Amino acid sequence: MDLSLEPTIVWIVLAAAVATFATRIGGYVLIARFRAIPPRVEAALNAVPAAVLTTLFAPAFFTGGLEIKLAMIAGLLVSLRYPGLIAIVAGWATAMIARHVFGL
Amino acid sequence: MSRGEMAEGLRGGMIVALSTAPFAVLFGALAVDNGISVAEATLMSTTIYAGASQLVGIELFGNHVAPWLIVLSIFAVNFRHLLYSAAVTRFIPHFTLGQKLVAFFLLIDPQFAETARRAEAGKTITFAWYVAFALAIYIPWIIFSTLGAAFGSLIGDPQVWAIDVLLPVYFLGITIGFRRKPGFYPVAIAAFVASIAAYVLVGSPWHVSIGAAFGVLVGALLPLPAPAEASH
Repeated sequence: MDLSLEPTIVWIVLAAAVATFATRIGGYVLIARFRAIPPRVEAALNAVPAAVLTTLFAPAFFTGGLEIKLAMIAGLLVSLRYPGLIAIVAGWATAMIARHVFGL
Repeated sequence: MSRGEMAEGLRGGMIVALSTAPFAVLFGALAVDNGISVAEATLMSTTIYAGASQLVGIELFGNHVAPWLIVLSIFAVNFRHLLYSAAVTRFIPHFTLGQKLVAFFLLIDPQFAETARRAEAGKTITFAWYVAFALAIYIPWIIFSTLGAAFGSLIGDPQVWAIDVLLPVYFLGITIGFRRKPGFYPVAIAAFVASIAAYVLVGSPWHVSIGAAFGVLVGALLPLPAPAEASH
């Protein structure tokens, strides 16, 4: 097992960690300046979950093969009624069957 | 600290940890493949703690890209967290500054989604719940990255195990969880279309920031639900 630490890589990783933390606290630093949040800003913040989370799967649906599209549709339908983990299993099973049984 | 809140947090976090474990293993395996050591892979998971950006990072390490460009790329992939921290600020005004620093360090996608859902259901976000939920994901993330780096060569092709389908379905599922919120459909459709267009026209990872910007803009411009805004 390779437990070595190369200084250049360590510095890059630490710089990336600082950059990441900056994104995770940046919104707080900006919003904390408002004494009361204006209604339009509030509406924008309320849109964050749907807006950001959608971008994390949309390109996969668009660029993925038929088996990815089927798996995502299965996951979508199951998640309308059942918790997330079951939806993931449904999507994963669909992809496995599509790939290994139907060779998609 | 409330014991019930902690237990609830741990339970919820463990479910997330279960679905992120394959990615931690995959990250570790790919890291070693790209010339990163086990210790360096573990350091990345511990300090950066952002799966997608870690995968982008090791890809660039493997291609011997200039250091500043690696850092900038990781920053670009993680830029969406700026919106998360802005949105979460309203839910945790009662945290001390120290608690806020810890909370923001641990603010990953599922942490944000679950915190937003819980707060919108009318529950107070306690530090006990938040940190229990977060640590139940953070600690396994580190452990499974290390395991993946140490033994990853045994996995073989992740496509055979359909690991590539897990993350999109996972994010789709948590997005659907917000469908009853006012404005969900216009916001999600705008982000969907804009992120695909940006993916094609500009490229990854900018599709996340561009798609999110369009979605948030639509959310801000929709008619406000409060009757006080009738003058617009």
